[in-house]
Amino acid sequence: MKIVTLVKYVPDATGDRGFADDGTVDREATDGLLSELDEYAVEQALQLADSQDSGGDVEVVALTLGPDDAADAIKRALQMGATSGVHINDESVHGSDALATSAILAAAIRKLEPDLVVAGMASTDGTMGVVPAMLSERLGWPAATLGATLSLAGTTATIRRDGDTASQTIEVALPAIVSVTDQSGEPRYPSMKGILAAKKKPVDDWEIDDLDLDAEVNGQVGLANAWSTVKDTTPRPPKEAGRQVTDEDGSGAAALTEFLVSGKYI
Amino acid sequence: MAQVLVVVESVEGAVTKPSLELLTLARRLGDPVAVVLGAGDVAPTLGQYGAGSVLTADDPAFGEFLVAPKADAVAAAVEKVQPAAVLLTSSPEGKEIAARLAVRLGSGLITDAVDVQPGDGGPGDGPLVTQSVFAGNWTVRSQVTHGTPVITVKANATSPEAAPVEPTTEPLGFTVSEASKGARIVKTEPKAVSGRPELTEAGIVVSGGRGTGGNFGPVEELADALGAAVGASRAAVDSGWYPHAYQVGQTGKTVSPQLYIAAGISGAIQHRAGMQTSKAIVAVNKDPEAPIFALADLGVVGDLHAVLPAVTEAVRQHKQ
Ligand SMILES: Cc1cc2nc3c(=O)[nH]c(=O)nc-3n(C[C@H](O)[C@H](O)[C@H](O)COP(=O)(O)OP(=O)(O)OC[C@H]3O[C@@H](n4cnc5c(N)ncnc54)[C@H](O)[C@@H]3O)c2cc1C
Ligand SMILES: Nc1ncnc2c1ncn2[C@@H]1O[C@H](COP(=O)(O)O)[C@@H](O)[C@H]1O
Repeated sequence: MKIVTLVKYVPDATGDRGFADDGTVDREATDGLLSELDEYAVEQALQLADSQDSGGDVEVVALTLGPDDAADAIKRALQMGATSGVHINDESVHGSDALATSAILAAAIRKLEPDLVVAGMASTDGTMGVVPAMLSERLGWPAATLGATLSLAGTTATIRRDGDTASQTIEVALPAIVSVTDQSGEPRYPSMKGILAAKKKPVDDWEIDDLDLDAEVNGQVGLANAWSTVKDTTPRPPKEAGRQVTDEDGSGAAALTEFLVSGKYI
Repeated sequence: MAQVLVVVESVEGAVTKPSLELLTLARRLGDPVAVVLGAGDVAPTLGQYGAGSVLTADDPAFGEFLVAPKADAVAAAVEKVQPAAVLLTSSPEGKEIAARLAVRLGSGLITDAVDVQPGDGGPGDGPLVTQSVFAGNWTVRSQVTHGTPVITVKANATSPEAAPVEPTTEPLGFTVSEASKGARIVKTEPKAVSGRPELTEAGIVVSGGRGTGGNFGPVEELADALGAAVGASRAAVDSGWYPHAYQVGQTGKTVSPQLYIAAGISGAIQHRAGMQTSKAIVAVNKDPEAPIFALADLGVVGDLHAVLPAVTEAVRQHKQ
């Protein structure tokens, strides 16, 4: 059995994230890393591989689309325990949006022929959370999105999806796409053994020409052909520091109450 | 005038507030046509908010399969109406419909808009869409350049404005494809509702974090005295102190109330991502160095277990 896990390389959220002159995410200004939300996807893929339900002998392939540095996202997935990696790296892809990203990933998935694709709930930079559903459309495979749990029995994958008013249990027949949330269980930290083992694991580098892109998107990836265009980007003006009071004998509560009254909140 | 398709969400036959907000935004761009997914006679409400035309779509597959059948209905509505843009709410369902629709139409998609304005003219000029990105630290304006713009909009992007019209109602003809019947809903367990205002719609939100030590009593009591919703940090949710549906932040809800009160919350970037755009922010935290204070209009350095109950008492007194 083969599981592909989608891993995106993103700028560190705790760094000073911003935009380059062409309106794309500035990947120089901050260090990058494997999107934390995709660690949950890797973790779930590895747990399926470890469990008996999958029948053993499971290969977990970490797939990324991104620039040279995105190799780090694969490296992390391999250190966690993935079997191998595929890195799609092509100049022409710079500035691609979710539609192009999903077209390229779909072509790569077709080539890899997995039984299951496990994605994160959203990338921590774009936060769109749309690529898994787009892959479902492009591949014609069912998608069970936003799983707080994921399990596998035979050729059926099952998730629990927690909504505001109800929890739903959802089943898909393989081959299928699933995405998992950060409620699905803490991702493992790479062990020393895992870190050493990762060095010997195979990573394939692919370019766009290695893929058979959907006819409708052929030659249409990259910034110049994006389906949407950024007009302008503006940093949020720094917020004026407000008033700070230290609570002594109820002075804190008094200040807060006075704030509520003067602001007409009560 | 161009028509703008608005995908309406309703819960138990009542239109959600974010859907009414979409109608208000749609009127800036053209004539709103609402497509209603599921049962319930909501046309009168939609007419109140300016939907001159209402398409109703229902199918047993909506309840049996996850999202994709609804994308079939919306795609049929697009085919029929040929709108200048499609607006949906940024809920998990709205986003998934939007994603599927964008692929089918070969159209550009912009998610999580906080504002939508008419484009600045020219042929094929789509709406100008504002997003708040990188935890609210940047504002980005963009436009769709290919196909029919598909835009999902966050709650509270605007306030619903009444604009009464007499809507024409018509059932939408559509078929659910076999491909859309892949993700079967095998079980649905309803959740208990809190009776408090909806988190994303409330005018005031009181949130508790790890600093509550697991006791949300003071947070809930203050919220009730203020008629507010209760929120929680992920640390509080992960500790099992409060349900995930109330988590505020990157992987929880985005709130933008008139007033946000953070109690025992440090203010990590992922938490700020969900509350940074609140009109006013108050923080109660023991640690004078907590990053949340950098955002706060009023910061109270103190123990929430002392401060919150005293404020609750004062609010109750004030109301009498
Ligand atoms: C991918 C990702 C997504 C995430 N998504 C979210 C999200 O959606 N929402 C979210 O909230 N977090 C999210 N996080 C987690 C986030 O990084 C922080 O870990 C979390 O917000 C911390 O919660 P906290 O402020 O309650 O806890 P802490 O950071 O531990 O802060 C507790 C605060 O309480 C104060 N305190 C302690 N006792 C008292 C007292 N008696 N009275 C007053 N103050 C007291 C302390 O001084 C401290 O500042 C995410 C993280 C990642 C990596
Ligand atoms: N460039 C990429 N490379 C690999 N996986 C990706 C990429 N972009 C998105 N994904 C996957 O799709 C999920 C949702 O991404 P998004 O729709 O961009 O928020 C992520 O959590 C990843 O699992």
